Amino acid sequence: MKQKITSSNAFYTFLSIIIGFVVGAVLLLIIGISPAEAYAKLFSGVFSKLRYVLYDIVYATPLIFTGLSVAFSFKTGVFNIGAEGQFVVGSLAACLVGIFVDLPAILHVPLCLLAAAAAGMLWSAMVGFLKVKRGINEVLSYIMFNWLAFYLSNYVVNIPAVHKEGGGEATKNVLDSARLRAPQFLRSICSDTNWGFLLAIACAVLVWFIIKKTTLGYQLRAVGHSRTAAEYGGISSNRIFIISMSISGALAGLGGAAQLLGPGARISQFAGQEGFGFQGITVALIASSHPVGCIFSGLFYGAMKYGGSKLTTIGVPNEVVNIIMGTIIFFIAISHVFRHILHKRKEAAA
Amino acid sequence: MSFVTISGLLINAVLVSTPPLLLAALGSCFSERSGVVNIGIEGMMTIGAFIGAISAHYIGNGWIAFLLGGVAGMVFGALHALACISFNADQTIAGTAINFIGPGLAIFISKALFNSSDTPPLNPDSKLPKMFSGTFRPGSFGYNVIETYPAAYLSILLVIVIWFVFFRTRFGMRLRACGEHPKACATLGINVRRVRYTCVILSGFLAGLGGAFVTLSTVSQFRPSVIVGQGFIAIAAVIFGKFNPQGALIGCLIFGLCNGIKPLVGSGNVISPNLVSMIPYVVTLLALILFVGNSRVPAASGKPFAKDE
Repeated sequence: MKQKITSSNAFYTFLSIIIGFVVGAVLLLIIGISPAEAYAKLFSGVFSKLRYVLYDIVYATPLIFTGLSVAFSFKTGVFNIGAEGQFVVGSLAACLVGIFVDLPAILHVPLCLLAAAAAGMLWSAMVGFLKVKRGINEVLSYIMFNWLAFYLSNYVVNIPAVHKEGGGEATKNVLDSARLRAPQFLRSICSDTNWGFLLAIACAVLVWFIIKKTTLGYQLRAVGHSRTAAEYGGISSNRIFIISMSISGALAGLGGAAQLLGPGARISQFAGQEGFGFQGITVALIASSHPVGCIFSGLFYGAMKYGGSKLTTIGVPNEVVNIIMGTIIFFIAISHVFRHILHKRKEAAA
Repeated sequence: MSFVTISGLLINAVLVSTPPLLLAALGSCFSERSGVVNIGIEGMMTIGAFIGAISAHYIGNGWIAFLLGGVAGMVFGALHALACISFNADQTIAGTAINFIGPGLAIFISKALFNSSDTPPLNPDSKLPKMFSGTFRPGSFGYNVIETYPAAYLSILLVIVIWFVFFRTRFGMRLRACGEHPKACATLGINVRRVRYTCVILSGFLAGLGGAFVTLSTVSQFRPSVIVGQGFIAIAAVIFGKFNPQGALIGCLIFGLCNGIKPLVGSGNVISPNLVSMIPYVVTLLALILFVGNSRVPAASGKPFAKDE
């Protein structure tokens, strides 16, 4: 039993999370803030009211999607640093369909989601195509496509037909029939509550199913383990790369739609990259790329983001959250060292 | 405007926007060529930009602040090296962690010191100096091209130095060999870990310098928005340049030139500034598609080297 615990990923993730909080506490002490006070504020901001918990979920929803997107690509050995851009074009596509197509809700919402998934898929598949056909490193083109998405979105926001009338640098609101808002009784507690979270869970289960239970999933993992071995086994790795990157892009695009049709309602002009995609990398890493794990790590990150936003009210820089998250990833990255030490000690004892 | 004035403006824009990318890209060359993937360049630039800005604020000397920015990047480089080389961490993950910790720490300290995420604006004396101040008429070709930051020209000269180190020195040969076949190096008695440590720490130093150049030249203060993607663009330039310093220079110049064209094309609002902003990215992608083809990654890049294998 003990061996089982010390050899599981979850154990080391948990250890890394604790170290992250310790490092955060040390930094707070250095700048003369009581960590106990700051963490008490953080945790009460996360848990103390139902309203806060609902907000945690609202904050977590887009991160679960981008986390799934990154985790999915990791399975094939592709690093989807482009989830950021796919998220943006997804939300842009959903926004345009949400504004300009007038349909009953039962058709309008799926159409928006479909448009977003298609946009994210296209954005990522183009990178896959460049990788497979021209041998261009995907990390490089993903980064380029992130910025293209960024400026494309800002361009579309400023097209007169799309731009909101009156003040404000944003698009018009999407029609009510396209919104994913939760029933009134939940929204009376937290006005941003939406169905996106359930959609995220459904996607996580679907991704788990694809990876574990289908032939495609087997092929994806085979290419991820060893491209040459997979080729030898008759799997076309180029085809698998395109498929994997497309699905990964679709997931990030859906995240963009969920954020827009849920709490967003419109797209504002960006001043800087919003970071949903980059934060998705963290979510995937904390979950060890397990799709269902992404739900929990997404909730963790969402809660930290929401709770962290309250730290400013007591004069604590909320960047401490970013430092904690970074430290967690850092220690997850080197976690096998602890594993090594723990096992060595056991061997010495035996 | 005459052609000479316009080209002067263009060269000036290139001279201001290229060095941060170039310094970071040269850093990335060191790390990648020795076999360590470093996507933490962005975070190292951010901490360099921040430490550069506050050093100039407290010390008042641009050159010292510039170097201290490099040292700050170096500390993060050492952290990355520790994780990747001593602890065999997944290098992409460790780099991602650096990208969180760097900006997080910078803004955290800034808020602790100045109660704001922006550091106080620097006065011109404490920034990086310009050459030949007052020699040329403002707006003239000489003013734009010669009366500018010597650090910009130095960073371009550095390409030659690093090219020499890479391809004409024993250390350069070893570092390239460590990125291709570390095991063979080890059997020849080369200390692979030491070479990689040196390279990754150097990459942090150069990235830190790149970040500090931004805050100590044009921007004159640290803001969370000063480093937004330059580190990633630098990595793109390196891949574009096939992991060679001279290739990276061309990649960075393309970016710098497109940035220089932006205000000229965008004047008069004929074309949306957002579309104009896409030019550097589109040009890079097109250049890759049309001219470069496969950029070969060093064979051992991203793989930890375990001595006892």
